[in-house]
Amino acid sequence: MTAFWLLILGLALTSFIPRASFITLFARWPVPALLQRSLRFVPAAVFSAILVPELVLTAGSVHIGLDNPRLLAGILAGAIAWRTRNTLLTIVAGMLALHLFSYLVK
Amino acid sequence: MRFHPQYLAAVKACLPVLPGVLTFGAISGVAMVAAGMPHYLAMAMSVLVYAGTSQLAALQLVTSGTPIAIAILAGLVINLRFSIYSLSIAPHLAAAGPRWKPLLSYLLSDNGYAMALRGYEHPLEPPDKIWYYFGCCSAIWTSWQIGTFAGILLGTRIPAGWHLEFSIVLTFLGIVAPTIRDRAIAAAACAAGITAVLCWSLPLRLGLLVAVGAGIAAGMLVERRQ
Repeated sequence: MTAFWLLILGLALTSFIPRASFITLFARWPVPALLQRSLRFVPAAVFSAILVPELVLTAGSVHIGLDNPRLLAGILAGAIAWRTRNTLLTIVAGMLALHLFSYLVK
Repeated sequence: MRFHPQYLAAVKACLPVLPGVLTFGAISGVAMVAAGMPHYLAMAMSVLVYAGTSQLAALQLVTSGTPIAIAILAGLVINLRFSIYSLSIAPHLAAAGPRWKPLLSYLLSDNGYAMALRGYEHPLEPPDKIWYYFGCCSAIWTSWQIGTFAGILLGTRIPAGWHLEFSIVLTFLGIVAPTIRDRAIAAAACAAGITAVLCWSLPLRLGLLVAVGAGIAAGMLVERRQ
């Protein structure tokens, strides 16, 4: 239970500080150009680093092939997200694809 | 009680995005309960942290055996995008009083930022801009919390065979795939994904941070070449 509280308090701080950074804290600070350029890549890098292993690894080892339903569903959902920009549709289609591919692999 | 006209205009403009916000709130509520959090803690997390993707990512890391400090660090890295929004919206909120700025900061969200900027395409006086931002962000905050509350109540009733945890991965895909609109960002995403797989066995999930660094470096290199 203490672990969850630590996680909550840590995340509360680490979500508030970036939000307040320029609205409240450094309202007058000139942002270095290099930092400003690098911020643009943060979302793509972070989300990709979290989700690619979830699709590609099975029990810690690389598993690429037609018998990996998570990978197939992920590729399909990624294509839908890229084309439609609709997050809700991406989730629904991805979940349906996961169950369909899991059924086919069995 | 009377509301400021720009507050009402903002809430009205946000109505189309609220169902999506409710749904993601619900997914986040379900995921927190599925990760073993008691109901009251899950609700406390939703109000205190109010950053769905970092909550889900950190919980996912913790339940797969990552130390809390690394999970918090991963949450910070995910939340760094808020500093981009903060930087970009700050000039519009500069006229707000110092007591309001912490509240306005707390309410900043992906959708709230995007909707407020859309509203600023019409010229507005500085105080009206603040009310407009407050309207967007408070409508989204309220929908998110209602959705989370519903998700927490539903949570334990959803069978494990539905693999609802995969919906978190899909949420991330839905957020990141549409942002890949040029080569530099694609390079950042590819480099980060490949590095994360290669560095998977590093202790303390440090591979995640190495991968983010590699992604940012790759993106900046490709951008410079263009």
